Amino acid sequence: LAGQKSSVAGAVTMEKVTEYKDASSYNNYYEFGTDKGDPAHNAHTLKTTPWTVEVDGLVKKPGKYALDDLLKLGAQEERIYRLRCVEGWSMVIPWVGYSLAQLLEKVEPQPGAKFVEFHTLADPKTMPFVGSRVLDWPYVEGLRMDEALHPLTLLAFGMYGEVLPNQNGAPVRLVVPWKYGFKSAKSLVRVRFTDKEPKTAWNKAAANEYGFYSNVNPNVDHPRWSQATERRIGEDGLFAKKRKTLMFNGYEAQVGQLYAGMDLKKNY
Amino acid sequence: MAAPAARGRRALLLHPAAKPVLFIAALLPFAWLFYAALTDQLGANPQEYLIRSLGDWTLRFLCLTLAVTPLRTIANQPALLRFRRMLGLFTYFYACLHLLGYAWFDMGLEFDEIARDIAKRPFILVGFAGWLLLTPLAATSFNRAIRALGAARWQLLHRLVYAIAGLAILHFFWMRAGKNNFTEVAVYAAILGVLLGWRAWRRLRPAPRAAAVRPAAGR
Repeated sequence: LAGQKSSVAGAVTMEKVTEYKDASSYNNYYEFGTDKGDPAHNAHTLKTTPWTVEVDGLVKKPGKYALDDLLKLGAQEERIYRLRCVEGWSMVIPWVGYSLAQLLEKVEPQPGAKFVEFHTLADPKTMPFVGSRVLDWPYVEGLRMDEALHPLTLLAFGMYGEVLPNQNGAPVRLVVPWKYGFKSAKSLVRVRFTDKEPKTAWNKAAANEYGFYSNVNPNVDHPRWSQATERRIGEDGLFAKKRKTLMFNGYEAQVGQLYAGMDLKKNY
Repeated sequence: MAAPAARGRRALLLHPAAKPVLFIAALLPFAWLFYAALTDQLGANPQEYLIRSLGDWTLRFLCLTLAVTPLRTIANQPALLRFRRMLGLFTYFYACLHLLGYAWFDMGLEFDEIARDIAKRPFILVGFAGWLLLTPLAATSFNRAIRALGAARWQLLHRLVYAIAGLAILHFFWMRAGKNNFTEVAVYAAILGVLLGWRAWRRLRPAPRAAAVRPAAGR
């Protein structure tokens, strides 16, 4: 899956790209297990064809969209984004996809739609940990409409020039580079438009630890660890100091205005 | 009267090589982690792997240490007691490495940062308290210390290990709480629960005869 270089501001970082081996073997995808290595071992059972994404809620053109149609809906671009996990590690990943905004324009949200909800597949037959009590399945994430429409918000189909490996959220996922990784829902089956702030999976599980916004913010600590620094996977040597985490994961110039006037300590 | 099989096991436990063998076995996890770190076999995030493995091994050795007394009573193998001190010291050994791993990999050995982190985060505080309480136990583990303290006081001091077990489980529980991932926590809690519960049950049940002949030290 090839993509042309993106012209969106901030979409191509010059930092060293994480090795594919690390990006595809060190994953959080709880539907396939809670250890970092579990998804790479277990996700081969995920069946990605045929695949449809249901669009519903406050939208003018609801319906089921086949993956093939989604693939052709916009020109595939390569975006090299920093990925900052809420756990305190980070990677640099070349994604392939197009701005989510292109899908939203096509399906035309109604004026009353204020948020977009994203649902990950929850199939107990192919996903061994769906049914475990770790989370309330299906995995639901959400964005405010202006966040969803931001050109950096990516609907991704591939990485490293290839289609997404199952453990990275095949066949289609969200990538929101200025938020902690868990905001970027994987293996999307439903996109729902709503007027209320979505009840998201991790927020339901531990509201005091994972807020709805979950913007990368070195000044607001997780209750159990600092968010001021991060470990760049595969790059920082065993005894290297962690690197400083940047506000909005380094995308402040592009997205800072979305949060102007908001108390980010309260809206964490 | 011990059965022949039990006598055979006892001879094995009393064999002069038994302690060196246990010593080497207890060093194997450390040796493996050291080798794997040098040869880059710890996956994408070796620092995290090391810190977590060292924590796991601390908890495992704590369970083994606490299993000695129930096992030697239930299996009628008093010779097991020979190994308790070494197991306890290995618990401390892995606890020290676990703490060092956190201080070095996570905090870059910045001691003011570490102090702030301990004060700020209950889960770190609880883990640190567990290590702190283990320190006097390790420091008074040699024979002269036992004699100097007197058996009764020494035993009282070493009952701290029950509190340490609680702190260790709480530390592990809080570490996993944010991710709702409690399976392993439950396994260790069950093991420690049985080991401590057995002691409570022995203490509470009416058994005056046993109490009269039981030696004061070594529980």
